[in-house]
Amino acid sequence: MRSPTARTAPPTRTPLATGWGTRVLVVLAAGGVAVLVLPLVALLAATPWRDLPALVADPAVLQALRLSLLTAGSATLVALVLGVPLAWLLARDDLRGAWLLRALVTVPLVLPPVVGGVALLLLLGRRGLLGSSLDAWFGLTVPFTSVAVVLAQVFVALPFLVLSVEGALRGADRRRALVAQTLGASPAYVLRRVTLPAVAPGVAAGAALCFTRALGEFGATVTFAGSFPGTTRTMPLAVYLAMDSAPEQAVAMSVLLLGLSVAVLVVMRGRWVGGLPGARPPRSGQDAR
Amino acid sequence: MRDRRRRAGVPALAAALLLCGCATATPPPTAGAASDGPPALDDALVVLAAASLTEVVTQAADQLEAAHPGLTVRTSFAGSSALAGQVVAGAPVDVLVTASRATMTRATDVVGGEPVVVATNRLQLAVPAGNPGGVTSVADLADPDLTVALCAPEVPCGDVTADVLQLAGVVAAPDTLEQDVRAVLTRLVLDEADAGLVYRTDVRAAAGAVEGVDLPAHAQGTTDYPALVLPEAPHPRAAAAFVALLQGDAGRQALTDAGFGVP
Repeated sequence: MRSPTARTAPPTRTPLATGWGTRVLVVLAAGGVAVLVLPLVALLAATPWRDLPALVADPAVLQALRLSLLTAGSATLVALVLGVPLAWLLARDDLRGAWLLRALVTVPLVLPPVVGGVALLLLLGRRGLLGSSLDAWFGLTVPFTSVAVVLAQVFVALPFLVLSVEGALRGADRRRALVAQTLGASPAYVLRRVTLPAVAPGVAAGAALCFTRALGEFGATVTFAGSFPGTTRTMPLAVYLAMDSAPEQAVAMSVLLLGLSVAVLVVMRGRWVGGLPGARPPRSGQDAR
Repeated sequence: MRDRRRRAGVPALAAALLLCGCATATPPPTAGAASDGPPALDDALVVLAAASLTEVVTQAADQLEAAHPGLTVRTSFAGSSALAGQVVAGAPVDVLVTASRATMTRATDVVGGEPVVVATNRLQLAVPAGNPGGVTSVADLADPDLTVALCAPEVPCGDVTADVLQLAGVVAAPDTLEQDVRAVLTRLVLDEADAGLVYRTDVRAAAGAVEGVDLPAHAQGTTDYPALVLPEAPHPRAAAAFVALLQGDAGRQALTDAGFGVP
């Protein structure tokens, strides 16, 4: 992934060749940019900017926003607690069957979120695999609660954190961890005091990605958690509902959500470059091998 | 689910096939170009209809195709708002059938035309099979201990739900406000909710997975299904024939069998 030459010699900008092949590539690349950017341009063009503050200040919108921030924040915390150890496990070279584990971690990335919602319902619903016992023994039902929203968000967003942190761990200098281990430190101590501080940028970037993905979660949430103002109706659900009755409000909420996501990504990436696939490494990381 | 609904409509379909078959068989095939008598419909008709009409409209389309060899009917089913949106956006459509007058007005405001009501639908209190929550009346929707699923007030079925609750004098305690009536039905079919308000036709469609309880006479919630032949319809004659079929005896029978009311 990282070429040694890029590290030693800073790349110098060379003007693009002007052959036909280059032109075709540039045109196709521009097409790619257009596909990604034009819908957002249309959204911004349709935004009633003058009424935006009033539309966004609507109590229903603020309620959905508060719930979204709260659940996505909780989901990110849960993902950090569960995901960092998982990434640490995946990054170990001595783990047998790591390929299978990694494939399983990747599944929610490619699975339609609504399928994730169906699966969660079949696990934790009132008649679900675990849910029926929870209901019978403790009188606990998970659907239609904010906990269900957080679970749906963790399901879809956890892989983003795990894969980011795993990438950072693999890119980190392992010699220090080895030294600490030889000096008698336990694996948990090494992870906490040596490895994690070294890969903090990667963890932060993974958490940012995880948070923004959780913020945008729709399919699993609406399927598993339901939609009720204040407890389960997050911003994406509110946007979808508003499209039926108040399209202007839907546009305003969409712009708010878009701005929030972009802001988080830009701030996090600007501050801790690295960790995300494609970002340049923060410093020269060398494998201990 | 679909099979059982379909079974109900089979006699109606057979009857209509016979009728239509006789009608088209009357002119002798040797007449060549149909200069006199009804001209043949050998086009492609495009019908957009509310999702709740899926079975009935599919039947009607089959009937019309059987009666007019050479005619192809293409049907598309979705939420009424989405369909009205497609018509407003200029999709080449012949017939639009929505599940509420309000969504139809959104279309006719732009494209014009005179819709006719072909069916009506009524809300019913619905509970999962076996009624685990012990629900007996619409007043139970106010019980905070029960898990209640309703349509969100922003969508058409939520409009009707609000009417029913107001007429019944019940302040409901819903646990989820779903985006469409089929989502409410799903919560009940999966037994994740104890009670909800869905259309009679949905209870019929769920075929035993949910039980329906009729609402009191003073608190009925109804909605109309207007059908529109678009003024700009690419195939106006086939479109008119299709709407006439829905309004005719066979169409009314199929609608009634599916649980709809007919005007």
